[in-house]
Amino acid sequence: MALLEVQDLHTRFRTDDGVVKAVSGVSFELDRGKTLGVVGESGSGKSVTFLTVMGLVDRKIAEVEGSVRYDGEELLRASSSRLQKIRGRRIGMIFQDPMTSLNPVKKIGWQLEEAVRLHNDVSRDEARRRAIQALQEVEIPRAETRVDDYPHQFSGGMRQRVMIAMALINQPEVIIADEPTTALDVTTQAQILRLMKKLQDDHGAAIVMITHDLGVVAELADDVLVMYGGRVVEEAKVDDLFAAPQMPYTWGLLGSLPRLEQVATRLEQIPGQPPSLLHPPRGCAFNPRCAYVFDKCRAELPGLDPAPDKADHRYRCHLDDAERERIWAAKKAALTGVEGSAA
Amino acid sequence: MSELLVVEDLQKYFPVTRGLVFQKEIAQVKAVDGVSFTVEAGETLGVVGESGCGKSTMARCVARLLEPTGGKIIFDGRDITHLGRTQMRPIRRDMMMVFQDPYASLNARKRVGEIVAEPLDVHGIGTDKDRKRRVQELLEIVGLNPEHYNRFPHEFSGGQRQRIGIARALAINPKLIICDEPVSALDVSVQAQILNLLKDLQRDFDLTYIFIAHDLNVVRHVSDRVMVMYLGKPVETGSKQELYAEPKHPYSGALLSAVPIADPTLGRARKQIVLTGDVPSPINPPAACRFHPRCPRFVDGKCNVDEPELTPVAGSSDHSYACHFPLERWPMDEDEIRRRPSLAASVD
Repeated sequence: MALLEVQDLHTRFRTDDGVVKAVSGVSFELDRGKTLGVVGESGSGKSVTFLTVMGLVDRKIAEVEGSVRYDGEELLRASSSRLQKIRGRRIGMIFQDPMTSLNPVKKIGWQLEEAVRLHNDVSRDEARRRAIQALQEVEIPRAETRVDDYPHQFSGGMRQRVMIAMALINQPEVIIADEPTTALDVTTQAQILRLMKKLQDDHGAAIVMITHDLGVVAELADDVLVMYGGRVVEEAKVDDLFAAPQMPYTWGLLGSLPRLEQVATRLEQIPGQPPSLLHPPRGCAFNPRCAYVFDKCRAELPGLDPAPDKADHRYRCHLDDAERERIWAAKKAALTGVEGSAA
Repeated sequence: MSELLVVEDLQKYFPVTRGLVFQKEIAQVKAVDGVSFTVEAGETLGVVGESGCGKSTMARCVARLLEPTGGKIIFDGRDITHLGRTQMRPIRRDMMMVFQDPYASLNARKRVGEIVAEPLDVHGIGTDKDRKRRVQELLEIVGLNPEHYNRFPHEFSGGQRQRIGIARALAINPKLIICDEPVSALDVSVQAQILNLLKDLQRDFDLTYIFIAHDLNVVRHVSDRVMVMYLGKPVETGSKQELYAEPKHPYSGALLSAVPIADPTLGRARKQIVLTGDVPSPINPPAACRFHPRCPRFVDGKCNVDEPELTPVAGSSDHSYACHFPLERWPMDEDEIRRRPSLAASVD
């Protein structure tokens, strides 16, 4: 049995303008020790999906349906005190912006100790010892003294490492990281990604990596979900996704990425804007921006169906498979050019 | 091609003061400390480096939004280093900026038409009717609907706002546009739209760009030449082809090898230089080579004593680096990162 099983999850927000369908029927499974990459642009529903999983959407304004089973236990119907026990103890979360997720008027050590004492019946000294150890684990130099610093005394990369330390301090089984490296420089990003890999190897935690950066996904993930307009539009093993993406939106994402190893002088752009979740297009949500759209796409939502030769590679698209193969072959030739890779 | 911009030994120091009434200067932040480069008309110079390396401060000095502490800026044949406000005014027509944050750089209380027309207003160009026509033309050029003239910035998405910022920069046909992280805040698909737009505009209007970004992929895509900066100094400059194909400075190598590759097989195969620690404080930068505390090829007694000068690569007109022990192989292997093989003999 998978550690985290999400079945047909829906999250709808009631607003003055109408109902926003932020998440519409998302399902996936996450096993111990594995990394799931979740890719999509702003407004694709990737963050809301995992806020819902964690029970962090306000049920007064949001309707939630479906099932979230963590280690066999249904979370969507769990009490808030039960959820608090699970959050931080068994599921850790790392948010994007380390400046706004840390309390600016409390010392780093206090914030880490709070996380320990909330979930464990330990003395202050023991909590402090664990806080220092957690900082050492994320490679903060002179952790014994830095533990008494305030967040503003840390650089951006160090703050993000503090966030990771906080998420890991109770050795959770699942870490949900929402754009953990987006605000950071490439060199710091490389440090953080290497650190997350190492901690996964040491503790065997499962990681959910929510990002818009396909490069980060390629480096870290085992499995990938591509989200668009509140739905999963393609899911696959990471190698399959990059070797043979099937959905035109995924092609667009790969084509719009400037890369070191490619020579194309002009980026392929996806025209238009991501869809409004208030008034999503009929049929396939991607149809207004898709270059291969035909009548069926505007009328009927394609199912998330497996590829003919691979049961674990599934995608939503009405194109027939021969046609799809032909288009991708042409795109791939244009994308990968010649010129030896830079790295 | 002719040189549009020549920058020589540019310096910008910020004072660090203590005390409320009698402010005593106790130190200096050397944000930009000796940067020289030229930009040819019609080309794009990319500037990369981590946050805090002084790339934005450098750009602001060039645009004379900041007063340089030292050095020389020659724009279009004229020394503009210490020109006053009124003397700068006519020159500003030829030099525009596009900023990073499309949410913060547009006045939320003004209509798009007023925002884009502002440079025309400031320089007193045209009648109201002319301006309106020009604004609508500009909106069309950057791919917005000219009828959205009367809308407010909040009615637009991030990518559309960046287009408004670009339209404003284009309004009076500048020669040079300085783009400071223009696509960092955007989603990849929108980022591609803006990068393509900037390229099209360069072709159509003979624009020259200084393009500042921390994303090496983006810089490679738009630039003709690239300058890598570290702690206020350039560590390597060169044509895009040479610098990306054969980086010489270990810092450039580290930056290049840290970029995530959107291909799992290529990504697993390559060797990375993962730097430890953060960029040191520019208040007390490390002695000699400023990169030495983080450098995997550091040699004690050389790198921390003797500051390397920018030296040209043999056989190249344009590629130079500031390092005593430059990378010799690229892609590199483990020995190359640590500078382990026979090289050790040539240390002293």
